[in-house]
Amino acid sequence: MARPKADPAALAALLEVLPAPAQGGWLAAAQAAGAARLAAMGLPQRRDEYWRYTDPAGFNAPLPDPAEASAEPSAFEGIARVRLVFVDGAFDAAASDDPAAAGVEIAPLSVAGAADIHWARELHGAIEGAAHAAVARPFAALNAARAPDGVVIRATRPARLPVEIICRTAGGARDVLLRHLLRVDPGASLTLIETLGGGARSLHLIEAEIGAGAALHHIRIEPRVIAHPCQSHLHARLGAGATLKSFTLSGSAGLMRNETVVDILGDGAAAHVAGALVAGAGALHDDTVFMTHAAEGCESRQVFKRVLREGAVGVFQGKILVRPGAQKTDGYQISQALLLDDASQSLAKPELEIYADDVKCSHGSTTGAIDETALFYLRSRGVPPAEAEALLVLAFLAEAVAEIEDPALAGAVEARLAGWFGREAD
Amino acid sequence: MEALEPARDPVPLDIREGVDRETIETVQAMAGRYKHGWETEIETEYAPKGLSEDIVRLISTKNNEPEWLLDWRLAAYRRWQKMAEPRWAMLNYPEIDYQDQYYYAKPKSLATKPKSLDEVDPKLLATYDRLGIPLREQMILAGVEGAGGEPARKVAVDAVFDSVSVGTTFKEELKKAGVIFCSISEAVREHPDLVRRYLGSVVPQTDNFFATLNSAVFSDGSFVYIPPGVRCPMELSTYFRINAENTGQFERTLIIADAGSYVSYLEGCTAPKRDTNQLHAAVVEIVALDDAEVKYSTVQNWYPGDEEGRGGIYNFVTKRADCRGARSKVMWTQVETGSAITWKYPSCILRGDDSQGEFYSIAIANNAQQADTGTKMVHLGKRTKSRIVSKGISAGRARNTYRGLVSMHPKAANSRNYTQCDSLLIGDRCGAHTVPYIEVRNASSRVEHEATTSKVDDDQLFYCRSRGMDEEEAVALVVNGFCREVLQALPMEFAIEAQSLVAISLEGSVG
Repeated sequence: MARPKADPAALAALLEVLPAPAQGGWLAAAQAAGAARLAAMGLPQRRDEYWRYTDPAGFNAPLPDPAEASAEPSAFEGIARVRLVFVDGAFDAAASDDPAAAGVEIAPLSVAGAADIHWARELHGAIEGAAHAAVARPFAALNAARAPDGVVIRATRPARLPVEIICRTAGGARDVLLRHLLRVDPGASLTLIETLGGGARSLHLIEAEIGAGAALHHIRIEPRVIAHPCQSHLHARLGAGATLKSFTLSGSAGLMRNETVVDILGDGAAAHVAGALVAGAGALHDDTVFMTHAAEGCESRQVFKRVLREGAVGVFQGKILVRPGAQKTDGYQISQALLLDDASQSLAKPELEIYADDVKCSHGSTTGAIDETALFYLRSRGVPPAEAEALLVLAFLAEAVAEIEDPALAGAVEARLAGWFGREAD
Repeated sequence: MEALEPARDPVPLDIREGVDRETIETVQAMAGRYKHGWETEIETEYAPKGLSEDIVRLISTKNNEPEWLLDWRLAAYRRWQKMAEPRWAMLNYPEIDYQDQYYYAKPKSLATKPKSLDEVDPKLLATYDRLGIPLREQMILAGVEGAGGEPARKVAVDAVFDSVSVGTTFKEELKKAGVIFCSISEAVREHPDLVRRYLGSVVPQTDNFFATLNSAVFSDGSFVYIPPGVRCPMELSTYFRINAENTGQFERTLIIADAGSYVSYLEGCTAPKRDTNQLHAAVVEIVALDDAEVKYSTVQNWYPGDEEGRGGIYNFVTKRADCRGARSKVMWTQVETGSAITWKYPSCILRGDDSQGEFYSIAIANNAQQADTGTKMVHLGKRTKSRIVSKGISAGRARNTYRGLVSMHPKAANSRNYTQCDSLLIGDRCGAHTVPYIEVRNASSRVEHEATTSKVDDDQLFYCRSRGMDEEEAVALVVNGFCREVLQALPMEFAIEAQSLVAISLEGSVG
């Protein structure tokens, strides 16, 4: 489908306020390639079908509001992990742990971009660049063009500890762009946690190559409240027998878009993408997932649970594309919304596009209010109304949280979620 | 009988184990045989090729139309010139040359309107006879016996041939009940107030590219008015036949069900087999007032083109029902087996409180056919209900897309929707897609959507084959089972036709 015409002047004005391009090394060349991809596509417009329910205007123009300091505490205190801290979009070595403790190769992109790390150079823009063939995703290219920092991680064997990327803002930058390059080699595994901050407008992107038999576990924690527009992208490519499990916990953001683009290229791979959302006043949250099956015997699962109240708008666009020849595909998708009041809205476009016959694909989508019978039952047992509602909401979200494999990490996410509802975890 | 096609060399195929080659070859020889592909040789009067204001004026003059309608058409035409053809559907077809079509074709024998069916050209009557459509006021559709000694049901028919209505049956009997059933050109003359009040009130001239085109050039179609409290004494039906070459058919149907009335309406369509594509852009408007109920059933069997995708009808149709009254109900049932391209989304605007919309659809795309079809249920009134059951079947190299919208507006409190879309794939070169839009803007409504895609189950096939069925029969049986929910929603006469159509449409898809 033809996209509406973009305005090159608007793009130029936006680029003006973003971090300057890198000055040398392969990163400068990779950024120039990203800028070329972006220029070819232009910024998305209101009538772009890929932006059906979310107006991209909040990402398109220079941000009028000043940035502010914010430091969301990690949900994983007390769990052994390697913390990598970014302040205003730049790596802060002093605030970070020793990367070597993870047992994998780790470097900041700003450093790696000048060094001769051939795998990172080859990965930058490779997966994201290929993704535009199906749908133009200008912000992913914008990230390639201007993200000055991030982490590059290569796991050649199972990582000893999870790696947590912590984003903080000190109020020094209006736009924070980070790009993380992950390569999980055949047989290796890695757990990556992203703890996002909310003080500046941000555009995060992970490009992940998951080799044969390798596994990437990804957990993303977004703040309870984010004042500034935020985008978080995951572009992953899976080899034969590879595993991807990605979970996102989202709070209330004025404008938030999570895009997950997964290409399953090797036979027998599995990709699970899940999200739990609790959105309140004035929030617009958009989860967009594009799952492509291009190999035989693969499994994919999308589980999205969203609680909307006080006029929050929840958007879900999930697509399963099964390419010709991707036989024995098992694709599943569920998106459910709980509307806690009449002002809130749930907008969903769950899509299937299938070109192979021996497949099992399904999607389900439900929207409605909280179950009156269950609420009545709890109240009849003496549970106060607010608590009864919180219990039912947490139970509703549990199916998405259950997609986190590691029990300790899942427990930490549950505790964070319970905290949002004023409940201590049991 | 039409001459059988010359036998073609069978295309080499990978034959699945256990399938008899002879069966495959027989099936291949039958593939693409379209029962209604013959042409009636009849003298036809055409308007000059192409589209211009003059053609719009000519159509209006031919139909003896009042000034307001001509102005309405011209406004639509001027608007249409500024519109762009929509390209968002998952359809691939070459650019349509709108100037390379005839917009008006009429059998010469109908130059003066026959006063009764006895005066109609026997060739025309024979055409409908051959299609199994009773233009004589016979009791039932051909081929269907009255069940168990019960008096057979009557069906009134309005037959549209190219651009004009040939005749309408049972008019007198319907008149006694107060029901108006006639061609729309006649309604414009005889019941101008009704037409003027409701025409374009559901699908405005400005609605979309194809509806606007239709508003400018529609030549005929059916008009139905059911007065308050009347249950229409028989099924009403319109049968559309495209005969002339390079001619588009643009019919417009308007159904008004006044308070507390009921009507069941059937629509059928066929066209001759030709190597060129023909355009069909129809508009159907339904108005249901308080407590009214309308059932609209379609068996769409336009010529689908041959196995290579040559020829076939481009079917761009806008169908919409406005459930204006409280407790009104509209049910769309469609069996889409024909057309090279189908672009069709019968919709319900559920405006009245407690109104109901239902959509049952079977869409079959075989060979090179492409279908992008579905529905829109727009819930505006309180406690409105809708139900969508869509069964898409793809075979050969066909593309079949379900595209639907369920929208719950903020004021549509306590409303309900249930949607089920199932796709069945036969063969590894076809595509089946589902593109639903679900928009919920209040908390008291419940919306549920389910979609599945699968292939014909091997176990079921094996079971059927072990009982002695050949693969073709087994597939037909499984497919009919897959479609059952929708077939059951059709009136009996149509259900039988539809069931056999499902089997015919899939001929040659196995192997």
